[in-house]
Amino acid sequence: MTTTIERPSSATPAPRRQQPGVGAGAGALNLLNGTFLLFWGLLTALPLLWAIVSAFKTNTEFVSNPWGLPSVPRLDNFARAWDAANVGQYFLNSVIVCVISVPLTMVLGAMAAYVLSRYEFFGNRIIYFGFVGGLIFPVFLALVPLFFVVRNLGNVPVVGEYLGLNSLVTLALVYVAFSMPFTVFFLTAFFRTQPTSIAEAAIVDGCSHFGLFFRVMLPMAKPGLISIGLFNVLGHWNQYVLPVLLVDDVEKRVLAQGLARLAASQGYRADWTALFAGLVIALLPVLIVYILFQKQVQAGLTAGVLK
Amino acid sequence: MARQQTVRRRASKPGPALQHGKYTFIVVFLAVPVAIYGLFVVSPYLQAIYFSLTDWTGLTATQEFVGFDNYVKLFGDEQFLVALKNNVILLLVVPAVTVLLGLFFASMLSVGRRGRSGIEGVRGSGVYKVVYFFPQVLSVAIVGVLFKYVFAPTEAGGIINGGLRAIGLDQLAVAWLGDPNFAFWCVVLVMIWSFVGFYVVLFSAAMQSIPKEIYEAALLDGASRYTTFLRVTLPLVWDTVQVGWVYLAIQAMDAFAFVHIMLGISGGPSRSGDVLGIALYRGAFSDYRFGYASAIGVVMLVLTLVVAVLFLRIARRERVELS
Repeated sequence: MTTTIERPSSATPAPRRQQPGVGAGAGALNLLNGTFLLFWGLLTALPLLWAIVSAFKTNTEFVSNPWGLPSVPRLDNFARAWDAANVGQYFLNSVIVCVISVPLTMVLGAMAAYVLSRYEFFGNRIIYFGFVGGLIFPVFLALVPLFFVVRNLGNVPVVGEYLGLNSLVTLALVYVAFSMPFTVFFLTAFFRTQPTSIAEAAIVDGCSHFGLFFRVMLPMAKPGLISIGLFNVLGHWNQYVLPVLLVDDVEKRVLAQGLARLAASQGYRADWTALFAGLVIALLPVLIVYILFQKQVQAGLTAGVLK
Repeated sequence: MARQQTVRRRASKPGPALQHGKYTFIVVFLAVPVAIYGLFVVSPYLQAIYFSLTDWTGLTATQEFVGFDNYVKLFGDEQFLVALKNNVILLLVVPAVTVLLGLFFASMLSVGRRGRSGIEGVRGSGVYKVVYFFPQVLSVAIVGVLFKYVFAPTEAGGIINGGLRAIGLDQLAVAWLGDPNFAFWCVVLVMIWSFVGFYVVLFSAAMQSIPKEIYEAALLDGASRYTTFLRVTLPLVWDTVQVGWVYLAIQAMDAFAFVHIMLGISGGPSRSGDVLGIALYRGAFSDYRFGYASAIGVVMLVLTLVVAVLFLRIARRERVELS
């Protein structure tokens, strides 16, 4: 090996220095790799662009010219989707469910995780593994009994009319319950890494257990809460099987479920562009959140797997 | 590990002030989460295991205990076997293809370029990561509906068939989701499409934490790209790959939303695209065989457990420490 390892000086432009390990075909290989990357990028982006473009077409254009651009952007597709196809109502329902379920998941998950990670008491391990064990259970196993549990909740006196099937509140509570395993698992690990000295100082200063949690520990756990919060927002917004099981009423359907039902009924209605406008309405909030917070979203979701 | 133990030991020996009102606090904080979790998660799981041993149809108030009858029936049911076979295909194909593609793209993006300044990611890798990751944040329902139309017949605006016809390949334009030979594989493709980006980002994060010096050393030793990947990159991200694989296998078990939206509750043409989740849902809420449906759920649980345990066993390798 007669390789010279000299640093290329910035003054003299290094004339195509052959690097060790870089074969003659390196340029071609770089190009090939670039092509693969570009190919997958197009494969990912094109269906989405197609959906967005289709949302502005007329139904005739949609069928006759699937790859083309609309002659005039048809904004009335969106109006039709929002009103006639009920997407507005679905959107609102999804928002209502998430507004209840996500903060509740965070608060309850953080409370349980904090107690389980910081206090020693009889049954601590049992409860912890009870929560975390839920990670391995497929949600499908619970579907049949869950349906009856929720239906029977409707018969409970006084609160029954707000719970039961076709209730957004119950749906949110069920989301909370099914998010517990991961939230508790993630936040327990997070609270364990927090230094104990600050907690001790707060106690010396006369802080109660409750004050310690709400005024010291929660603010300190903010990065962890943001990660798991984003994870839960996306998870709850995109949930499919639970609303299909628990909500049937047209007025109570959430967005994912409503769009799927709309697509299933297109066979005879053939108003595709309103459906695509609905898809875009569903896609935009997620797209905006993602573009604005892409670093946090990527970090939050991947941290979820790595923990 | 050592640090965790110290922290827990400290937490377990609180000063006298911390002891005051400790149990009230614990009960207050745990009561609501445990109650909600017990009601909607634990109790249904336990009930499901019991239901799977009964012949409950939902019409009668009582149910007869039938032991393992449902399980015996399951394995004589051809439709269940189709669903089971499809789930096994999902378990094997989706993680394998996704992990391979993920590793390939991630290594391109983070260490793919051998430029003048040594090993680096290709140009524009940040943009690629943003685009690749996008399907991950979309609802499965949106992806399902979208691809239902991508694969649709030309009369319903399907772009694949529209494109094939446009370039004169009419004979290739088949009813993708209406043909028993293709329907399920279309679902498999869509699942891979929507999963890959996440694993690209996951693996590239792992690859970026590998010190550049190791790559420089490999370069100096004249290692080819392939060798570098196999001998340097892969062993150093193996832990992540392993976790990712198990997570993918669990994700792939749940093809319910994809199949439900793209192929319908019957599992597509001749029920060829049936999966366990769909079979369970149909068994329970179309046929009202709740005991039988619960038995399918238990099979899903066993399958998940087997996959997790087997894979963690097989994949256990010598850990490579970086520090």
